[in-house]
Amino acid sequence: MLADFRAWALDDLATSRRQAAWGRRYRIWLALKANPLAMIGMIIIGLCVILALLAPLLAPHDPAIQDLENRLARPTAEHLLGTDELGRDILSRLLYGGRITLGIVVAVVIMVAPVGLAVGTIAGYFGGWVDKTLMRITDVFLAFPRLILALAFVAALSPGVESAILAIALTAWPPYARIARAETLTVRNSEFIEAVAMTGASSWRIILRHVAPLCVPSLVVRVTLDMASIIITAASLGFLGMGAQPPSPEWGAMIATAKRFILDQWWVALSPCMAILLVSLAFNFLGDGLRDVLDPKQD
Amino acid sequence: MNQRAKSFAATLGSVLVTLFGLSVITFMIGRVMPVDPVLAAVGDNAPADVVAAARAAMGLDDPLVVQYWSYISNVLQGDLGQSVLTRNPVVSDIAHYFPATLEMATLALILATLLGVPAGIVAAVKRGSLTDQIIRVVCIAGHSVPVFVLALLGLLIFYVGLDLVPGPGRQGFIYDGMVPTVTGILLIDSLLAGDMGAFWDAAHHLALPVLILAYFSMAYITRMTRAFMLDALKGEFIISARAKGLSGWKVVMGHAFPNVAVQLITVLALTYAGLLEGAVITETVFAWPGLGQYLTTALMNGDMNPVVGTTLVIGAIYVGLNLLADILYRVFDPRVK
Repeated sequence: MLADFRAWALDDLATSRRQAAWGRRYRIWLALKANPLAMIGMIIIGLCVILALLAPLLAPHDPAIQDLENRLARPTAEHLLGTDELGRDILSRLLYGGRITLGIVVAVVIMVAPVGLAVGTIAGYFGGWVDKTLMRITDVFLAFPRLILALAFVAALSPGVESAILAIALTAWPPYARIARAETLTVRNSEFIEAVAMTGASSWRIILRHVAPLCVPSLVVRVTLDMASIIITAASLGFLGMGAQPPSPEWGAMIATAKRFILDQWWVALSPCMAILLVSLAFNFLGDGLRDVLDPKQD
Repeated sequence: MNQRAKSFAATLGSVLVTLFGLSVITFMIGRVMPVDPVLAAVGDNAPADVVAAARAAMGLDDPLVVQYWSYISNVLQGDLGQSVLTRNPVVSDIAHYFPATLEMATLALILATLLGVPAGIVAAVKRGSLTDQIIRVVCIAGHSVPVFVLALLGLLIFYVGLDLVPGPGRQGFIYDGMVPTVTGILLIDSLLAGDMGAFWDAAHHLALPVLILAYFSMAYITRMTRAFMLDALKGEFIISARAKGLSGWKVVMGHAFPNVAVQLITVLALTYAGLLEGAVITETVFAWPGLGQYLTTALMNGDMNPVVGTTLVIGAIYVGLNLLADILYRVFDPRVK
């Protein structure tokens, strides 16, 4: 079964579009598989997603239940990672916190990728003043340090997860627009676009059906690379008290509270630190590997 | 010459447009604030006509364009409003807090360059080797961890665990206020005052935050150095230098690296700008009395003038550094001429 697929996908003389597409995907997978760091990253991400999704089943305790007699406890068999300042089980909170982090990442990506794709393809396809205006706006957003801008946005919107998602999205779209525009410029004057235009297709149809799909691979790499920085920005906002608010078990917010006990009860801060470290490292490993595979020029 | 002047004018024009956009964004952020400035001024229980009068007096009834105009003319005259918390003009607050951030970020940039550039060169020369892999992993790790996590882990290891560095803060309390402020940069001020005790104390306090920021920003420098070097090493002049019998490292340092140095200037300017952002967060961990601390305190309290002012200033510095990189690139790269 697998061997059949392999032979079919790697056939040099693909007989259908589907076969060629799968052949390309399979080759990417093979190249990725040869990169140990990327595979480690992928496995960690997979595990984290599973852990986060199954948090209600896996968490040994309710993440919100307080036990004031047992606060800031060292790790024990009962509480594998100890308890926090209100006696809540840290392991359970970490598992539930993973849901928040992954939720933020998904929400930001869903908002940002289409916006960047739209701005970039429209700017690249139409050129002229449309291009100039859109790219100027993009440059203005790129001219800001991302976190500072996100902080200012959240401050204006009032702190919270929703504001954090919106603020991260507002600061994250410009690179996507740049990439989509660059990809659009490389295909805009190619013959197949001219051919489609000659059959009477409207500009919007060309952009949507013929240009945008070609920008997707580069955007996927960028999204994977970006996920780590989305996680970091979200955690930083939480850490600065501008993202998810306590009692939410968001990792950054957990670290902000645990920071107060770092001299004596250091293990309270250590586990959310390690969680963020592990997840953002995993996304970076995977993104790095994907970039090597899909965009060898960068190396 | 004419061509150069033209392209420089174009760059300058785009910088001006960017700065304009920056001011519009910060203006809009200041407009959608969570705390109603009118109610904050007259109190929650003020009668409706008092509120309306205060609103008109504050110019909040004017059209947005008029409000923007008064905002931008104030900014251009160096007026960023007043902080509710410190009761000082935001501009003088920023001038007071900025040197501490500048000191930390500059030292971090120097350290990151001293570590990152050689690491990048070695990685490029030994491409694909174990050394290359190790450098790569170490760098990714530094860059993919939030800087506050690095800072906390650093505190745990070097302060709580090994007791090698002093805890949070910029000065030991016995030196607090002992050195007269001249530049605001403690290392320089203590030397000017001839107080070596204060100098070493300041250096001791700087060590950990600088190390952490340097590690944080090293990744980008190393990666770009490696990429530029790989490119340069492919050049025909390298092959010809090797063919003439020059030894490996002579070719690398004498022929390939000078070509890369110019490109690195841009990278360093961008890193410096990124360091400002990293410093904002690092400061909150180390209770560092800098711009980041000022910004986050204002954020927590909904004190919008400092938030908008600091954002604008950091944004302007960011743009300025990019422009500087561009200018240096033009000056030093003979090909641009």
